[in-house]
Amino acid sequence: MVSFEPSEEQAMVKETIAGFATDQMEPAMRECDESGGVSPDLVKTGWDLEIISSAVPEQYGGFGEGPSALTGVIAYEEMAHGDLSTAMHIISPTLMAYTILLGGTEEQKAEFLPLFCGDEFKAAGAALVEPRYSFCASALSTTAVRDGAEYVLKGQKCLVPLAAESDNLLVFATANPGAGFAGVDAFLVPRGADNLGVSEREKNMGLKALATYEVSLNDVRVPLAGKVGGGSGIDYLDLVSRSRLALAAMAVGVMRRAAEHSRDYAKERIAFGEPIGSRQAIAFMIAEMFIEVDASRMLLWEAAWKCDRGDEYAKDAALAKNYAAEKCMKVCDGAVQVMGGHGYVRDNPPELWFRNSRAFSALEGIIMV
Amino acid sequence: MIDFELSPRIKGTQKMLRIFAEQALRPVARQYDEEEHERPLELINLVHGFMKGGLGGGGLTGGAPKKETEEGGEKKKKKPSERQLMTAVTIEEIFWGDAGIALAFPGQGLGGAAVQATGTPEQKERFLARFAGDTPVWGAMAITEPEAGSDTANIRTTAVKDGDEWVLNGEKIFVTAGKSALEDSDGFVVVWATVDPKAGRAGIKPFIVEHGAPGMQITKIEDKLGIRCSDTVSISFMDCRIPEDNILGSAEVVDKTQTKGFKGVMATFDATRPMVAAMAIGVGGAALDSLKQALAEEGLEVRYNISPNRMTAIERDITEMEADLKAARLLTWRAVWMLDNGRRNSLEASMAKAKAGLAVTHITQKCVELMGPLGYSRKLLLEKWMRDAKINDIFEGTGQIQTLIAARNVLGFGRDKLK
Repeated sequence: MVSFEPSEEQAMVKETIAGFATDQMEPAMRECDESGGVSPDLVKTGWDLEIISSAVPEQYGGFGEGPSALTGVIAYEEMAHGDLSTAMHIISPTLMAYTILLGGTEEQKAEFLPLFCGDEFKAAGAALVEPRYSFCASALSTTAVRDGAEYVLKGQKCLVPLAAESDNLLVFATANPGAGFAGVDAFLVPRGADNLGVSEREKNMGLKALATYEVSLNDVRVPLAGKVGGGSGIDYLDLVSRSRLALAAMAVGVMRRAAEHSRDYAKERIAFGEPIGSRQAIAFMIAEMFIEVDASRMLLWEAAWKCDRGDEYAKDAALAKNYAAEKCMKVCDGAVQVMGGHGYVRDNPPELWFRNSRAFSALEGIIMV
Repeated sequence: MIDFELSPRIKGTQKMLRIFAEQALRPVARQYDEEEHERPLELINLVHGFMKGGLGGGGLTGGAPKKETEEGGEKKKKKPSERQLMTAVTIEEIFWGDAGIALAFPGQGLGGAAVQATGTPEQKERFLARFAGDTPVWGAMAITEPEAGSDTANIRTTAVKDGDEWVLNGEKIFVTAGKSALEDSDGFVVVWATVDPKAGRAGIKPFIVEHGAPGMQITKIEDKLGIRCSDTVSISFMDCRIPEDNILGSAEVVDKTQTKGFKGVMATFDATRPMVAAMAIGVGGAALDSLKQALAEEGLEVRYNISPNRMTAIERDITEMEADLKAARLLTWRAVWMLDNGRRNSLEASMAKAKAGLAVTHITQKCVELMGPLGYSRKLLLEKWMRDAKINDIFEGTGQIQTLIAARNVLGFGRDKLK
């Protein structure tokens, strides 16, 4: 029966994370952006929310029953509502952790999952995106070729979060570049592996507090045991779709914050003797922002709900992600516009949201529900 | 628990209506567009047959929520209702079949919705019982006047008490199904008139004017861009006399801030706006389904899962339209779910209608464009859907009015602060 009411547990998760996001993430947002990093204390506090351990089963060190996409998207919206860069930093280990949890062999689960359930933040970079304009998750150019008891990985990756801080990287590569989603596998590669290069930190328009790197793989040799899922491999389309849900959730969080900011400003800022929100030109922009926030969230929730039920949901996830990415950009553009010159200066947050929001069209992978 | 699964009952209705739409509505859709003002009598009787059996409950245009029995009365935890959701799904399917014919179908319509929202229990019984009778009956609503559309506070039709009757004078226009209600059946129209022109909004009250009331006359039947099967009429009231208990709710003019009568209009709209959104979604879905089918026949497959920057122009158009349509549907479901659960939904209802009206206007126009000369030809129904869809961005408040209402809600500004 149709319902739009989150469960009690989801409501609790939302409230807890909203508290952290409002009280700690958002106040640190500008400092993180200017300094280009997230303070270890903030990361630790975020890690203590136990997002990953609450999804990992007890036998691997957690206390959960696998990730719930719906609970995940509710949680991520709140985190990104606080600050996108910090949220992505804290959440970035999910792509490796959940990939192993959902598709790893027993040995891989036993070896890696407990690492993500400890008290200390465990950095783990996922290398999916490649630095070319025609990049698409369904057409990777990084290859994995079997050579005896090893795979040989070759290619170039970018936007790999926390690569330099991670002990292991999760590298996506294809055995068959023409095969679309079907040919792709994930490999666990130690950061110190021969022929693996991690660049200096990337310099991006936004997401400045999130350390990302280019990673070059020049015939990196990985033992057979390093392929996630062993012989049967992974359900790559499912992983990409789950990451699209995660990204869409964060886009909703960012645009919601920008819409709220615009609303509050429009009520206070006086021009021509009345609040600028009393003018339809501004008021309509703000109404449309809120409509698109809700529209994006509805698409997202439905896709996540299908994912949790085990229904086909890849198409829904793609629609939701592309929609949210576009609307996030539009709303954040509006948030700058509503403030005019004040929106353009770095004393105020809209310019930061504006830069961050465009990231969603460039990102695949990175994080996951 | 968040859940998007329709109940088996609604799903069953949905399935049946899809067949009905395909087999009974689509084949005659063109005919009733070309032969404007012809009534699809066979279909009307058929539909009356199963509407009577309780389908949808609120008629095609839905109904207002049942008032909560007592404030704070949380004793009985009933199973949540899904009456409004059923209506929204019903509407979407029938409008997927044909919007013009759907609007010509009998039922309570907006008039019934107004009775539900503002009438006393006795009035509901008295005025709504007729819809369960043997012959088809229509309910209509008359708000708009030549000088007052969404600006309802400017209504000039007057109602003056004379003995045990009300005397109505004025002119109403754009009354959907007004002819069906007043000339073709034993129906009624809910007329919004002022009992005190000096009192502004507070003086505006709803009155039931029934079939055959003296002094009431239909003066014009509009020729329209679309929804041509549905009659849209002007009605003039010249010393039109109706019984004193045909005023819905109280005749008392409360002070200007406590505009109870007018709140009735708003409550009516909160219930009907999501239904208009559902109408739009039905038509938009028809256009998009038809475009996708045509492209599939040409061997074009939409690659939903690739990056947008690698999609062809047509893939981008289709994925954007699909997302827009689905978003509009889900916003609509949320608005009716709130109604079903007794929650105030002014904001969500206006959001749903603003989104749906605009999205579907755009979708139908885009589909015609993408089909090229075929889209423009009257051989297909696409061009008709484009014309039909436009009404959803206009009636029950234009898209701009919906956005204005949403903006007032979001900003917390009254009409004094946000004109």
